[in-house]
Amino acid sequence: MTLTEAQQLGYINAQAADGRINVELETDDGMVLNMGPQHPATHGTLRLVARLDGEQVTSADVMCGYMHRGYEKLCEVRSYPQVTTLVNRIDWLGSFANEVPFILAAEQLMEVEAPPRAMWIRTILFELSRIANVSLFIGDLALQLGAQTPAFYAFRDREFVLNQIESVTGGRFHPNFDRIGGLKDDLPKGWIAETKAAMVRLRAFCDEMEGLVYGNEIFQTRTRGVGIIPAKVAQSYGLSGANLRGSGVDWDLRRDANVGLAYDQLDWKVWTHPDGDSYSRCWVRLQEVREATKIVDQLCDGLPGGGIMAKVPRIIKVPEGEAYVATENPLGAMGYYVVSKGDTGPFRVKIRSASFNNISVASWLLRGVYVPDIITILASLYFILGDIDR
Amino acid sequence: MNALLEAVELSYWQASVLRVLGVLAAVILPAGGFVYVFLFKMMSFMQSRLGPMEAGPYGSAQLLAEVGKFLQKEDIVPARADRRLFFLAPYIVLASTFLLLVVMPFGPDAYFANLDTGIFLALGLSSVSVIGVLIAGWASANKYSLIGGLRAAGQLIAYELPLVLAVVGVVIQAGTLNLQGIVAAQHQGEIFGFGGIGNPFLITQLVGFVIFLIATQAELTQPPFDMPVAESEIVTGYITEYSGLRFLLFFIGEFATAGAFAAIAATLFLGGWAVPFVDLDDDIMNVAGPLVLFAKMMLVGFLIFWVRFTFPRFREDQLQAFAWKFLIPISLVNIMATMVFKVAF
Repeated sequence: MTLTEAQQLGYINAQAADGRINVELETDDGMVLNMGPQHPATHGTLRLVARLDGEQVTSADVMCGYMHRGYEKLCEVRSYPQVTTLVNRIDWLGSFANEVPFILAAEQLMEVEAPPRAMWIRTILFELSRIANVSLFIGDLALQLGAQTPAFYAFRDREFVLNQIESVTGGRFHPNFDRIGGLKDDLPKGWIAETKAAMVRLRAFCDEMEGLVYGNEIFQTRTRGVGIIPAKVAQSYGLSGANLRGSGVDWDLRRDANVGLAYDQLDWKVWTHPDGDSYSRCWVRLQEVREATKIVDQLCDGLPGGGIMAKVPRIIKVPEGEAYVATENPLGAMGYYVVSKGDTGPFRVKIRSASFNNISVASWLLRGVYVPDIITILASLYFILGDIDR
Repeated sequence: MNALLEAVELSYWQASVLRVLGVLAAVILPAGGFVYVFLFKMMSFMQSRLGPMEAGPYGSAQLLAEVGKFLQKEDIVPARADRRLFFLAPYIVLASTFLLLVVMPFGPDAYFANLDTGIFLALGLSSVSVIGVLIAGWASANKYSLIGGLRAAGQLIAYELPLVLAVVGVVIQAGTLNLQGIVAAQHQGEIFGFGGIGNPFLITQLVGFVIFLIATQAELTQPPFDMPVAESEIVTGYITEYSGLRFLLFFIGEFATAGAFAAIAATLFLGGWAVPFVDLDDDIMNVAGPLVLFAKMMLVGFLIFWVRFTFPRFREDQLQAFAWKFLIPISLVNIMATMVFKVAF
């Protein structure tokens, strides 16, 4: 059926009306406040439509999709080594971590295993991305709550981690370093010592933030008891990462379902907090940064020797089959479901990203809170727009 | 200034021009000083960066560049805005700041008006800016602006009370509402018989000083009380729709008011333009007085902006609770204690 021009225009108008901001200051059921897609607090293009009664939110809808880039479809027309370039733009703050589960899934299908040295370096870079990502979150959290200075401290100290990532991979934000069967290169000379110095620096940063932000009484009154997610609700909405552990659920893929990374050979701890409010989520993240610096220290100490690349053919063809691999990324559980038909590229890739599930609990959470709490709750849920929309 | 002008016998228009220039200098210089020293440099150093370095030596001409930038910008008025009120609002805010400085004494003869109800008038005029803020919030026809304007109104009214109550302690101790009288009382006062440095009320009215600073912070809508302009929630509140010159007016208003409140705090608690061991009637103080006052203002400004760059912000209801349940009872207790001591000694 072909549409007439009038029908097409009508369709476009209907779509536009849906996205149009309600300009009435007062309607029958209170005021409708549209936040985003361009709004300082949504750091990206998330749109939030909140119905207000005074300063109180009666209901709020989260609308995403303004930054959809079609990565799942694009993956189908790329060869396997090319996909990493795409996917490390999903969660752009912890980009190396995005490559790992995809490569692991492809390795599983090809029945290749990376040599131990490559596995350990992967784990180091994986944890460094977590530190780079979450340390910026801590600064951003303070910025959302009105304190400007911690954000600059976060940017300053994240730089040490980015420098380390850059000196291995050549890329600060989009390393594109992981290969099927191993890594592109070995570590440069003197890197281990530099990284350990950076980890000392990052631990000092964590201490500083614990005093400056987390210990601040205003911060505590703003976050404690705000946006409580009970453990049951957190599980039913499929939350993962610190959002789930902040609700007291002791679940971490690094420990519980470790695939292809070196976590089972290390001594580390999964942090949880029983309260389930905004403070506990932020607190768990801070502890995880600190724990990650210790993990990196251990990995640097025990780094095995040997090659960094397993034997793989020059032109990679993945045998027919399906694989799902999920890892505990900085934002939560991230998984790739890869279907192969024996070609040079995947037949179908489904990406399970953490933020999409994490943000889905927002409309449940935002009923009855005050307008400033919207910001606290969104900041504490910690999403990256690229991770929601892909 | 009146007495000075009479001494040199100028005609009326000459005196008027000098007065206008004097008020302009009294408003613009502290505002510019605060922006450069605190907003540009102190904030940058706190945040481990350098701040503006290119325009002029050490970035000192950055202010001129900023003003030039704002003057060039397009002046956008929203289609649904109430145009007349929208244009009027920044001038009301700025006018209240100008009027604040009219009653400020800068030296024994350097003042614009020496009123017996000086501090009373100053505190009254400072709340006129609420009207401008409300008008700006309403006339912008923007929900963020409206929420910001209403938040500002609620907050300014709530914190007006502790501000006034903190001043009452000083007034009781000085025994006068006249700002010159308060300066003289501090210069000639004694602390339990020790009159070496006079009695800056900072020492005997420390509680009042702290409450005054907190309430000032709220009056200036700065963190931790910047709910009305909370940029991560309601963009910039009532200033959201303003651009170009009118934004600049709000910006000057914000920092000039910071200067004015710092001047009031310096006069009430730090001894104003007077310095110990220099006679109050000494003619040199007509020149040195404004500089002394400015130095004390910078001290108070440092405290104000230190807090501004450090703390996160309160939520609206927590902010109201803080004023009504904490600051006001404490300032009432402070007044009681001051009265008891005043009678006892």
